[in-house]
Amino acid sequence: MKPVVVDHITKTYSSKKDKVTALNDISFEVEEGELFGIIGPDGAGKTSLFRIIATLLVQDSGKATVEGLDSVKDYKEIRNILGYMPGRFSLYQDLTVEENLNFFATIFNTTVNENYDLIKDIYSQIEPFKKRRAGKLSGGMKQKLALSCALIHKPSVLLLDEPTTGVDAVSRKEFWEMLKKLKQQGITILVSTPYMDEAGLCDRIALVQNGEVLSLDTPQGIIDSFENPLLAVRSNDMLKLLKRLKSARGVDDAYPFGEYHHVVLQKNYNKDDLSDYLVKEEPGTEIISAQPNIEDCFMNLMKN
Amino acid sequence: MSNENVISVDGLTKRFGHFVAVDHISFDVKRGEIFGFLGANGAGKTTAMRMLCGLSLPTEGKATVAGFDVYTQNEQIKKNIGYMSQKFSLYENLTVKENIRFYAGIYGKSDQFIRQKTEKVLEQLHLTNEADKLVGSLPLGWKQKLAFSVAIFHEPGIVFLDEPTGGVDPVTRREFWNMIYEAAANGITIFVTTHYMDEAEYCGRVSIMVDGRIEALDTPSMLKQQFDAASMDQVFLKLARKAERSDN
Repeated sequence: MKPVVVDHITKTYSSKKDKVTALNDISFEVEEGELFGIIGPDGAGKTSLFRIIATLLVQDSGKATVEGLDSVKDYKEIRNILGYMPGRFSLYQDLTVEENLNFFATIFNTTVNENYDLIKDIYSQIEPFKKRRAGKLSGGMKQKLALSCALIHKPSVLLLDEPTTGVDAVSRKEFWEMLKKLKQQGITILVSTPYMDEAGLCDRIALVQNGEVLSLDTPQGIIDSFENPLLAVRSNDMLKLLKRLKSARGVDDAYPFGEYHHVVLQKNYNKDDLSDYLVKEEPGTEIISAQPNIEDCFMNLMKN
Repeated sequence: MSNENVISVDGLTKRFGHFVAVDHISFDVKRGEIFGFLGANGAGKTTAMRMLCGLSLPTEGKATVAGFDVYTQNEQIKKNIGYMSQKFSLYENLTVKENIRFYAGIYGKSDQFIRQKTEKVLEQLHLTNEADKLVGSLPLGWKQKLAFSVAIFHEPGIVFLDEPTGGVDPVTRREFWNMIYEAAANGITIFVTTHYMDEAEYCGRVSIMVDGRIEALDTPSMLKQQFDAASMDQVFLKLARKAERSDN
Protein backbone atom coordinates (compact mmCIF):
# COMPACT_ATOMS: atom_id res chain seq x y z
CA MET A 1 0.00 0.00 0.00
CA LYS A 2 1.44 3.38 -1.04
CA PRO A 3 1.55 5.91 1.82
CA VAL A 4 -0.16 8.63 -0.23
CA VAL A 5 -2.34 8.08 -3.29
CA VAL A 6 -4.04 10.95 -5.11
CA ASP A 7 -6.42 9.62 -7.72
CA HIS A 8 -8.08 11.95 -10.24
CA ILE A 9 -8.79 14.72 -7.75
CA THR A 10 -10.67 17.80 -8.89
CA LYS A 11 -11.51 20.76 -6.68
CA THR A 12 -13.28 23.94 -7.69
CA TYR A 13 -14.25 27.03 -5.74
CA SER A 14 -17.29 28.97 -6.83
CA SER A 15 -18.59 32.39 -6.01
CA LYS A 16 -21.56 34.14 -7.59
CA LYS A 17 -19.48 35.40 -10.48
CA ASP A 18 -16.54 33.08 -10.91
CA LYS A 19 -15.66 29.45 -10.79
CA VAL A 20 -12.02 28.70 -10.12
CA THR A 21 -10.57 25.27 -10.76
CA ALA A 22 -7.90 24.80 -8.10
CA LEU A 23 -7.14 21.16 -8.95
CA ASN A 24 -7.94 19.66 -12.31
CA ASP A 25 -7.95 15.86 -12.33
CA ILE A 26 -4.66 15.44 -10.47
CA SER A 27 -3.16 11.98 -9.85
CA PHE A 28 0.10 10.74 -8.31
CA GLU A 29 1.43 8.24 -5.79
CA VAL A 30 4.10 8.71 -3.15
CA GLU A 31 6.38 5.78 -2.28
CA GLU A 32 7.22 4.73 1.25
CA GLY A 33 10.04 6.75 2.78
CA GLU A 34 10.11 9.09 -0.18
CA LEU A 35 10.77 12.83 -0.09
CA PHE A 36 8.27 13.98 -2.69
CA GLY A 37 8.12 17.60 -3.85
CA ILE A 38 5.16 19.50 -5.26
CA ILE A 39 6.80 22.36 -7.13
CA GLY A 40 4.82 25.27 -8.50
CA PRO A 41 4.11 28.99 -8.19
CA ASP A 42 1.44 30.60 -6.02
CA GLY A 43 -2.01 29.69 -7.29
CA ALA A 44 -0.92 26.33 -8.72
CA GLY A 45 -3.20 24.48 -6.28
CA LYS A 46 -0.59 23.24 -3.81
CA THR A 47 -2.42 24.25 -0.64
CA SER A 48 -5.79 22.88 -1.81
CA LEU A 49 -4.10 19.57 -2.55
CA PHE A 50 -2.44 19.41 0.88
CA ARG A 51 -5.65 20.32 2.68
CA ILE A 52 -7.50 17.53 0.89
CA ILE A 53 -4.85 14.96 1.82
CA ALA A 54 -4.87 16.31 5.38
CA THR A 55 -8.68 15.71 5.53
CA LEU A 56 -9.37 19.42 6.04
CA LEU A 57 -11.02 20.01 2.68
CA VAL A 58 -13.29 17.77 0.63
CA GLN A 59 -12.65 17.35 -3.08
CA ASP A 60 -15.39 17.61 -5.75
CA SER A 61 -14.40 14.29 -7.26
CA GLY A 62 -11.63 11.72 -7.13
CA LYS A 63 -10.07 9.99 -4.19
CA ALA A 64 -7.14 10.53 -1.84
CA THR A 65 -5.77 7.92 0.54
CA VAL A 66 -3.13 7.98 3.27
CA GLU A 67 -1.75 4.56 4.22
CA GLY A 68 -4.78 3.09 2.49
CA LEU A 69 -7.27 5.17 4.48
CA ASP A 70 -9.78 7.31 2.62
CA SER A 71 -9.45 11.07 3.19
CA VAL A 72 -13.22 11.53 3.41
CA LYS A 73 -14.48 8.36 5.14
CA ASP A 74 -11.52 7.63 7.40
CA TYR A 75 -10.53 11.16 8.28
CA LYS A 76 -10.25 10.45 12.01
CA GLU A 77 -7.77 7.61 11.54
CA ILE A 78 -5.76 9.64 9.04
CA ARG A 79 -5.36 12.49 11.48
CA ASN A 80 -3.65 10.11 13.92
CA ILE A 81 -0.96 9.05 11.50
CA LEU A 82 -0.42 12.27 9.57
CA GLY A 83 1.70 15.28 10.49
CA TYR A 84 0.68 18.54 8.80
CA MET A 85 2.50 21.83 8.82
CA PRO A 86 0.37 24.48 7.11
CA GLY A 87 1.90 27.35 5.18
CA ARG A 88 0.62 29.91 7.61
CA PHE A 89 1.87 29.72 11.21
CA SER A 90 -1.00 28.15 13.10
CA LEU A 91 0.21 27.34 16.59
CA TYR A 92 -1.14 29.06 19.67
CA GLN A 93 0.61 32.41 19.82
CA ASP A 94 -0.19 32.97 23.50
CA LEU A 95 1.10 29.59 24.64
CA THR A 96 4.82 29.15 25.26
CA VAL A 97 7.04 26.97 23.09
CA GLU A 98 6.87 24.19 25.65
CA GLU A 99 3.12 24.52 26.18
CA ASN A 100 2.45 24.27 22.46
CA LEU A 101 4.49 21.10 22.18
CA ASN A 102 2.86 19.54 25.25
CA PHE A 103 -0.56 20.50 23.96
CA PHE A 104 -0.06 18.74 20.64
CA ALA A 105 1.45 15.68 22.34
CA THR A 106 -1.55 15.43 24.68
CA ILE A 107 -4.08 15.75 21.87
CA PHE A 108 -2.48 12.75 20.20
CA ASN A 109 -2.44 10.76 23.45
CA THR A 110 1.30 10.77 23.74
CA THR A 111 4.00 12.64 25.63
CA VAL A 112 6.92 14.77 24.56
CA ASN A 113 9.29 12.26 26.19
CA GLU A 114 7.94 9.29 24.29
CA ASN A 115 8.86 10.68 20.87
CA TYR A 116 11.61 13.08 21.86
CA ASP A 117 14.15 11.18 19.73
CA LEU A 118 12.35 12.16 16.56
CA ILE A 119 12.29 15.88 17.25
CA LYS A 120 15.51 16.17 19.25
CA ASP A 121 17.66 17.67 16.48
CA ILE A 122 15.07 20.30 15.65
CA TYR A 123 13.61 21.03 19.06
CA SER A 124 16.97 21.33 20.83
CA GLN A 125 17.63 24.45 18.74
CA ILE A 126 14.64 26.24 20.24
CA GLU A 127 14.65 24.57 23.67
CA PRO A 128 16.62 27.47 25.23
CA PHE A 129 13.51 29.58 24.52
CA LYS A 130 10.93 27.09 25.77
CA LYS A 131 9.37 29.60 28.17
CA ARG A 132 8.84 32.15 25.41
CA ARG A 133 5.38 32.65 23.92
CA ALA A 134 5.15 31.30 20.38
CA GLY A 135 3.90 34.68 19.11
CA LYS A 136 7.19 36.28 20.21
CA LEU A 137 9.42 33.91 18.24
CA SER A 138 11.28 34.90 15.08
CA GLY A 139 10.22 33.38 11.75
CA GLY A 140 12.87 30.68 11.73
CA MET A 141 12.12 29.62 15.31
CA LYS A 142 8.39 29.47 14.64
CA GLN A 143 9.12 27.19 11.73
CA LYS A 144 11.13 24.82 13.92
CA LEU A 145 8.44 24.77 16.59
CA ALA A 146 5.73 24.09 14.01
CA LEU A 147 7.76 21.21 12.60
CA SER A 148 8.32 19.80 16.10
CA CYS A 149 4.58 19.96 16.81
CA ALA A 150 3.78 18.27 13.49
CA LEU A 151 6.13 15.41 14.40
CA ILE A 152 5.35 14.91 18.07
CA HIS A 153 2.89 12.03 17.50
CA LYS A 154 5.41 10.22 15.29
CA PRO A 155 3.38 10.39 12.09
CA SER A 156 4.14 7.99 9.26
CA VAL A 157 3.42 10.67 6.67
CA LEU A 158 4.44 14.33 6.96
CA LEU A 159 2.87 17.11 4.86
CA LEU A 160 4.77 20.39 4.69
CA ASP A 161 3.04 23.21 2.84
CA GLU A 162 5.60 25.76 1.64
CA PRO A 163 7.85 25.55 4.69
CA THR A 164 10.55 27.74 3.09
CA THR A 165 8.51 30.53 1.52
CA GLY A 166 9.91 33.96 2.40
CA VAL A 167 12.88 32.37 4.13
CA ASP A 168 16.41 33.47 3.17
CA ALA A 169 18.81 31.24 1.25
CA VAL A 170 20.81 30.16 4.32
CA SER A 171 17.79 29.17 6.42
CA ARG A 172 16.29 27.37 3.44
CA LYS A 173 19.39 25.19 3.13
CA GLU A 174 19.25 24.40 6.86
CA PHE A 175 15.59 23.42 6.63
CA TRP A 176 16.27 20.99 3.81
CA GLU A 177 19.07 19.43 5.82
CA MET A 178 16.52 18.81 8.60
CA LEU A 179 14.19 17.15 6.10
CA LYS A 180 16.95 14.84 4.90
CA LYS A 181 17.50 13.66 8.47
CA LEU A 182 13.78 13.03 8.97
CA LYS A 183 13.67 11.04 5.78
CA GLN A 184 16.46 8.83 7.13
CA GLN A 185 14.16 7.99 10.04
CA GLY A 186 11.71 6.46 7.59
CA ILE A 187 9.06 9.18 7.46
CA THR A 188 7.36 9.72 4.11
CA ILE A 189 7.47 13.44 3.36
CA LEU A 190 5.33 15.41 0.94
CA VAL A 191 6.59 18.99 0.66
CA SER A 192 5.53 21.90 -1.52
CA THR A 193 7.62 24.87 -2.61
CA PRO A 194 7.58 27.71 -5.14
CA TYR A 195 11.42 27.66 -5.27
CA MET A 196 12.52 25.67 -8.30
CA ASP A 197 16.07 25.30 -6.98
CA GLU A 198 14.75 23.14 -4.12
CA ALA A 199 13.47 20.52 -6.55
CA GLY A 200 16.86 18.82 -6.76
CA LEU A 201 16.70 17.96 -3.06
CA CYS A 202 13.63 15.73 -3.53
CA ASP A 203 13.56 12.06 -4.60
CA ARG A 204 10.76 12.76 -7.04
CA ILE A 205 8.86 15.89 -7.94
CA ALA A 206 5.60 16.90 -9.54
CA LEU A 207 5.70 20.24 -11.36
CA VAL A 208 2.27 21.83 -11.00
CA GLN A 209 0.68 24.86 -12.62
CA ASN A 210 -2.98 25.95 -12.74
CA GLY A 211 -4.13 22.83 -10.91
CA GLU A 212 -2.46 20.38 -13.26
CA VAL A 213 0.64 18.23 -13.13
CA LEU A 214 2.96 19.37 -15.93
CA SER A 215 5.46 16.60 -15.31
CA LEU A 216 6.27 13.99 -12.68
CA ASP A 217 9.60 12.23 -12.35
CA THR A 218 12.92 12.30 -10.52
CA PRO A 219 14.60 15.72 -10.84
CA GLN A 220 17.18 14.17 -13.16
CA GLY A 221 14.44 12.46 -15.19
CA ILE A 222 12.70 15.79 -15.74
CA ILE A 223 15.97 17.43 -16.75
CA ASP A 224 16.76 14.56 -19.14
CA SER A 225 13.41 15.01 -20.85
CA PHE A 226 14.38 18.55 -21.90
CA GLU A 227 15.10 17.76 -25.54
CA ASN A 228 15.98 21.07 -27.18
CA PRO A 229 19.55 22.36 -27.33
CA LEU A 230 20.13 24.95 -24.59
CA LEU A 231 22.74 27.73 -24.73
CA ALA A 232 23.93 30.36 -22.29
CA VAL A 233 24.79 33.68 -23.91
CA ARG A 234 26.09 36.98 -22.60
CA SER A 235 27.43 40.29 -23.84
CA ASN A 236 27.95 43.82 -22.57
CA ASP A 237 24.42 44.93 -23.34
CA MET A 238 22.16 42.18 -22.05
CA LEU A 239 18.87 43.96 -22.80
CA LYS A 240 19.76 44.53 -26.44
CA LEU A 241 21.08 40.98 -26.70
CA LEU A 242 17.83 39.53 -25.37
CA LYS A 243 15.77 41.41 -27.96
CA ARG A 244 18.03 40.16 -30.72
CA LEU A 245 17.95 36.58 -29.47
CA LYS A 246 14.17 36.53 -29.35
CA SER A 247 13.95 37.35 -33.02
CA ALA A 248 16.86 35.16 -34.16
CA ARG A 249 16.23 32.25 -36.51
CA GLY A 250 15.99 28.84 -34.87
CA VAL A 251 15.35 30.29 -31.41
CA ASP A 252 12.38 28.81 -29.59
CA ASP A 253 12.73 30.88 -26.44
CA ALA A 254 15.20 33.25 -24.82
CA TYR A 255 15.09 34.56 -21.28
CA PRO A 256 17.41 36.01 -18.62
CA PHE A 257 19.03 33.37 -16.45
CA GLY A 258 21.36 34.76 -13.82
CA GLU A 259 24.35 36.42 -15.46
CA TYR A 260 23.53 34.80 -18.83
CA HIS A 261 20.53 34.60 -21.10
CA HIS A 262 19.35 31.07 -21.75
CA VAL A 263 18.46 30.31 -25.34
CA VAL A 264 16.28 27.33 -26.20
CA LEU A 265 16.93 26.34 -29.80
CA GLN A 266 14.58 24.50 -32.08
CA LYS A 267 15.58 20.86 -32.30
CA ASN A 268 17.13 21.02 -35.78
CA TYR A 269 19.40 23.95 -34.90
CA ASN A 270 22.68 23.91 -32.97
CA LYS A 271 25.15 26.19 -31.25
CA ASP A 272 27.10 26.92 -34.45
CA ASP A 273 24.01 28.27 -36.19
CA LEU A 274 23.50 30.85 -33.48
CA SER A 275 27.25 31.59 -33.18
CA ASP A 276 27.46 32.38 -36.90
CA TYR A 277 24.59 34.81 -36.57
CA LEU A 278 25.75 36.51 -33.36
CA VAL A 279 29.37 36.89 -34.45
CA LYS A 280 28.09 39.13 -37.22
CA GLU A 281 25.40 40.98 -35.28
CA GLU A 282 26.85 41.18 -31.77
CA PRO A 283 30.64 40.81 -31.82
CA GLY A 284 32.11 39.94 -28.44
CA THR A 285 29.18 37.79 -27.39
CA GLU A 286 30.06 34.74 -25.32
CA ILE A 287 28.13 31.56 -26.21
CA ILE A 288 28.37 28.29 -24.31
CA SER A 289 26.29 25.12 -24.16
CA ALA A 290 24.26 24.90 -20.96
CA GLN A 291 22.64 22.19 -18.86
CA PRO A 292 18.96 22.85 -18.26
CA ASN A 293 17.78 22.96 -14.67
CA ILE A 294 14.28 22.51 -13.24
CA GLU A 295 13.38 26.13 -13.90
CA ASP A 296 14.21 25.76 -17.61
CA CYS A 297 12.08 22.62 -17.68
CA PHE A 298 9.20 24.32 -15.90
CA MET A 299 9.17 27.22 -18.34
CA ASN A 300 9.40 24.88 -21.28
CA LEU A 301 6.46 22.86 -19.98
CA MET A 302 4.44 26.02 -19.27
CA LYS A 303 4.83 27.09 -22.89
CA ASN A 304 3.69 23.80 -24.36
CA MET B 1 22.60 55.60 -16.08
CA SER B 2 24.06 59.00 -15.20
CA ASN B 3 26.62 60.02 -12.62
CA GLU B 4 24.15 61.82 -10.45
CA ASN B 5 23.56 60.20 -7.04
CA VAL B 6 19.88 59.83 -6.26
CA ILE B 7 20.45 57.96 -3.02
CA SER B 8 23.35 58.95 -0.82
CA VAL B 9 23.89 57.20 2.51
CA ASP B 10 26.68 57.91 4.97
CA GLY B 11 27.05 56.14 8.33
CA LEU B 12 23.32 55.54 8.59
CA THR B 13 22.44 53.83 11.87
CA LYS B 14 19.29 52.76 13.68
CA ARG B 15 19.21 51.51 17.25
CA PHE B 16 16.28 50.06 19.13
CA GLY B 17 17.43 50.31 22.75
CA HIS B 18 20.71 48.42 22.83
CA PHE B 19 20.01 46.58 19.61
CA VAL B 20 21.77 48.03 16.56
CA ALA B 21 19.46 47.06 13.69
CA VAL B 22 21.40 49.07 11.10
CA ASP B 23 25.04 49.73 11.88
CA HIS B 24 26.77 52.61 10.02
CA ILE B 25 25.93 51.72 6.44
CA SER B 26 27.24 53.88 3.59
CA PHE B 27 26.60 53.73 -0.15
CA ASP B 28 25.46 55.78 -3.15
CA VAL B 29 23.01 54.82 -5.87
CA LYS B 30 23.11 56.52 -9.28
CA ARG B 31 20.18 57.61 -11.42
CA GLY B 32 18.85 54.73 -13.51
CA GLU B 33 20.82 52.12 -11.60
CA ILE B 34 19.35 48.75 -10.58
CA PHE B 35 20.61 48.33 -7.04
CA GLY B 36 20.12 44.96 -5.31
CA PHE B 37 19.84 45.16 -1.53
CA LEU B 38 20.41 41.66 -0.14
CA GLY B 39 20.74 40.12 3.28
CA ALA B 40 19.49 37.22 5.38
CA ASN B 41 16.26 37.53 7.38
CA GLY B 42 17.00 39.77 10.33
CA ALA B 43 20.07 41.42 8.78
CA GLY B 44 18.44 44.86 8.91
CA LYS B 45 17.25 45.33 5.32
CA THR B 46 13.70 46.33 6.18
CA THR B 47 14.80 48.83 8.84
CA ALA B 48 17.26 50.41 6.40
CA MET B 49 14.65 50.57 3.69
CA ARG B 50 12.12 52.17 6.03
CA MET B 51 14.59 54.93 6.83
CA LEU B 52 15.26 55.56 3.14
CA CYS B 53 11.52 55.73 2.42
CA GLY B 54 11.07 58.39 5.10
CA LEU B 55 9.06 56.08 7.37
CA SER B 56 11.53 55.78 10.23
CA LEU B 57 14.01 58.31 11.63
CA PRO B 58 17.66 57.23 11.82
CA THR B 59 19.49 57.29 15.15
CA GLU B 60 22.58 58.73 13.50
CA GLY B 61 24.30 59.17 10.15
CA LYS B 62 23.26 60.99 7.00
CA ALA B 63 21.11 60.08 4.03
CA THR B 64 19.45 61.86 1.16
CA VAL B 65 16.92 60.29 -1.18
CA ALA B 66 16.00 62.06 -4.43
CA GLY B 67 17.87 65.05 -3.01
CA PHE B 68 15.82 65.20 0.20
CA ASP B 69 17.09 64.72 3.72
CA VAL B 70 15.72 61.69 5.62
CA TYR B 71 15.53 63.65 8.90
CA THR B 72 13.85 66.85 7.83
CA GLN B 73 12.23 66.24 4.44
CA ASN B 74 10.61 62.83 4.76
CA GLU B 75 7.29 64.07 3.36
CA GLN B 76 9.03 65.19 0.16
CA ILE B 77 10.76 61.82 -0.01
CA LYS B 78 7.42 60.00 0.12
CA LYS B 79 6.12 62.10 -2.78
CA ASN B 80 9.15 61.40 -4.92
CA ILE B 81 9.50 57.66 -4.54
CA GLY B 82 7.43 54.63 -5.44
CA TYR B 83 7.11 51.55 -3.25
CA MET B 84 5.86 48.03 -3.73
CA SER B 85 6.18 44.87 -1.69
CA GLN B 86 5.11 41.27 -2.07
CA LYS B 87 2.87 41.42 0.97
CA PHE B 88 1.04 44.64 0.39
CA SER B 89 0.64 46.19 -2.98
CA LEU B 90 -2.93 46.68 -4.18
CA TYR B 91 -6.45 46.69 -2.78
CA GLU B 92 -7.99 43.34 -3.69
CA ASN B 93 -11.57 44.58 -3.50
CA LEU B 94 -11.04 47.55 -5.79
CA THR B 95 -10.95 47.07 -9.56
CA VAL B 96 -7.79 47.46 -11.62
CA LYS B 97 -8.84 50.95 -12.70
CA GLU B 98 -9.91 51.99 -9.20
CA ASN B 99 -6.55 50.95 -7.76
CA ILE B 100 -4.71 53.04 -10.32
CA ARG B 101 -6.96 56.06 -9.72
CA PHE B 102 -6.63 55.69 -5.95
CA TYR B 103 -2.83 55.58 -5.93
CA ALA B 104 -2.40 58.29 -8.56
CA GLY B 105 -4.89 60.44 -6.65
CA ILE B 106 -2.90 60.07 -3.43
CA TYR B 107 0.14 61.37 -5.28
CA GLY B 108 -1.91 64.38 -6.41
CA LYS B 109 -2.01 63.60 -10.13
CA SER B 110 -4.62 65.42 -12.26
CA ASP B 111 -7.68 63.63 -13.62
CA GLN B 112 -6.47 64.19 -17.15
CA PHE B 113 -3.02 62.74 -16.40
CA ILE B 114 -4.59 59.72 -14.72
CA ARG B 115 -7.06 59.10 -17.56
CA GLN B 116 -4.47 59.26 -20.31
CA LYS B 117 -1.83 57.29 -18.52
CA THR B 118 -4.25 54.60 -17.31
CA GLU B 119 -5.09 53.72 -20.88
CA LYS B 120 -1.44 53.48 -21.83
CA VAL B 121 -0.51 51.36 -18.82
CA LEU B 122 -3.41 48.95 -19.28
CA GLU B 123 -2.43 48.49 -22.90
CA GLN B 124 1.18 47.76 -22.02
CA LEU B 125 0.07 45.20 -19.45
CA HIS B 126 -2.54 43.69 -21.83
CA LEU B 127 -5.09 44.33 -19.10
CA THR B 128 -7.48 46.58 -21.06
CA ASN B 129 -10.22 43.94 -20.92
CA GLU B 130 -9.69 43.42 -17.20
CA ALA B 131 -9.84 47.13 -16.28
CA ASP B 132 -13.12 46.73 -14.41
CA LYS B 133 -12.33 43.44 -12.73
CA LEU B 134 -11.49 43.22 -9.04
CA VAL B 135 -7.77 42.94 -8.44
CA GLY B 136 -8.46 40.01 -6.11
CA SER B 137 -9.63 37.94 -9.07
CA LEU B 138 -6.38 38.34 -11.05
CA PRO B 139 -3.60 35.73 -11.00
CA LEU B 140 -0.67 36.62 -8.74
CA GLY B 141 1.73 37.30 -11.60
CA TRP B 142 -0.62 39.87 -13.15
CA LYS B 143 -1.15 41.49 -9.78
CA GLN B 144 2.57 41.92 -9.25
CA LYS B 145 3.08 43.42 -12.69
CA LEU B 146 0.15 45.76 -12.13
CA ALA B 147 1.47 46.67 -8.68
CA PHE B 148 4.79 47.66 -10.21
CA SER B 149 3.08 49.84 -12.83
CA VAL B 150 1.04 51.47 -10.07
CA ALA B 151 4.18 52.08 -7.98
CA ILE B 152 5.78 54.04 -10.83
CA PHE B 153 2.55 55.55 -12.19
CA HIS B 154 3.29 58.97 -10.63
CA GLU B 155 6.70 58.90 -12.36
CA PRO B 156 8.92 58.89 -9.28
CA GLY B 157 12.70 59.16 -9.52
CA ILE B 158 13.20 56.03 -7.42
CA VAL B 159 11.17 52.91 -6.79
CA PHE B 160 11.71 50.63 -3.79
CA LEU B 161 10.77 46.99 -4.43
CA ASP B 162 10.63 44.71 -1.40
CA GLU B 163 10.70 41.08 -2.58
CA PRO B 164 8.47 41.87 -5.54
CA THR B 165 8.64 38.40 -7.12
CA GLY B 166 8.11 36.00 -4.19
CA GLY B 167 6.04 32.98 -5.21
CA VAL B 168 5.66 34.17 -8.80
CA ASP B 169 6.09 31.60 -11.62
CA PRO B 170 9.41 31.67 -13.50
CA VAL B 171 8.01 33.08 -16.74
CA THR B 172 6.19 35.95 -15.02
CA ARG B 173 9.21 36.57 -12.82
CA ARG B 174 11.22 37.29 -15.97
CA GLU B 175 8.49 39.45 -17.47
CA PHE B 176 8.58 41.40 -14.24
CA TRP B 177 12.34 41.93 -14.54
CA ASN B 178 11.84 43.03 -18.11
CA MET B 179 9.60 45.80 -16.77
CA ILE B 180 12.29 46.71 -14.24
CA TYR B 181 14.88 47.02 -17.02
CA GLU B 182 12.59 49.23 -19.06
CA ALA B 183 11.86 51.49 -16.10
CA ALA B 184 15.60 51.78 -15.40
CA ALA B 185 16.28 52.60 -19.05
CA ASN B 186 13.74 55.43 -18.66
CA GLY B 187 15.79 56.87 -15.81
CA ILE B 188 13.94 55.42 -12.82
CA THR B 189 16.32 54.20 -10.15
CA ILE B 190 15.49 50.71 -8.87
CA PHE B 191 16.20 49.66 -5.29
CA VAL B 192 15.24 46.00 -4.94
CA THR B 193 15.41 43.17 -2.38
CA THR B 194 14.99 39.52 -3.29
CA HIS B 195 15.51 35.98 -2.00
CA TYR B 196 16.11 34.68 -5.52
CA MET B 197 19.85 34.71 -6.03
CA ASP B 198 19.58 34.51 -9.82
CA GLU B 199 17.83 37.89 -9.62
CA ALA B 200 20.85 39.33 -7.84
CA GLU B 201 22.68 38.73 -11.13
CA TYR B 202 20.22 41.04 -12.91
CA CYS B 203 21.23 44.01 -10.75
CA GLY B 204 23.85 46.54 -11.76
CA ARG B 205 25.35 46.48 -8.27
CA VAL B 206 24.51 44.44 -5.21
CA SER B 207 25.03 45.09 -1.52
CA ILE B 208 24.88 42.30 1.05
CA MET B 209 23.98 43.09 4.65
CA VAL B 210 25.14 40.92 7.54
CA ASP B 211 24.27 41.75 11.15
CA GLY B 212 23.28 45.34 10.34
CA ARG B 213 26.40 46.15 8.31
CA ILE B 214 27.04 46.16 4.58
CA GLU B 215 29.69 43.48 4.20
CA ALA B 216 30.00 43.56 0.42
CA LEU B 217 29.03 45.95 -2.34
CA ASP B 218 29.95 45.69 -5.99
CA THR B 219 28.80 44.45 -9.38
CA PRO B 220 27.78 40.77 -9.38
CA SER B 221 30.83 39.80 -11.45
CA MET B 222 33.26 41.62 -9.13
CA LEU B 223 31.63 40.07 -6.06
CA LYS B 224 32.01 36.60 -7.52
CA GLN B 225 35.66 37.33 -8.19
CA GLN B 226 36.21 38.80 -4.73
CA PHE B 227 34.68 35.80 -2.97
CA ASP B 228 35.99 33.23 -5.41
CA ALA B 229 32.47 32.00 -6.10
CA ALA B 230 30.77 30.63 -9.22
CA SER B 231 27.42 32.25 -8.53
CA MET B 232 25.77 34.96 -6.43
CA ASP B 233 24.15 32.17 -4.43
CA GLN B 234 27.61 31.08 -3.26
CA VAL B 235 28.67 34.66 -2.51
CA PHE B 236 25.56 35.11 -0.41
CA LEU B 237 26.04 31.86 1.48
CA LYS B 238 29.69 32.62 2.22
CA LEU B 239 28.73 35.97 3.73
CA ALA B 240 25.45 35.13 5.40
CA ARG B 241 26.81 31.99 7.11
CA LYS B 242 29.10 34.32 9.10
CA ALA B 243 26.10 36.07 10.59
CA GLU B 244 25.90 35.92 14.35
CA ARG B 245 22.39 37.17 14.62
CA SER B 246 19.62 35.89 12.44
CA ASP B 247 15.93 35.44 12.36
CA ASN B 248 16.42 31.86 13.57
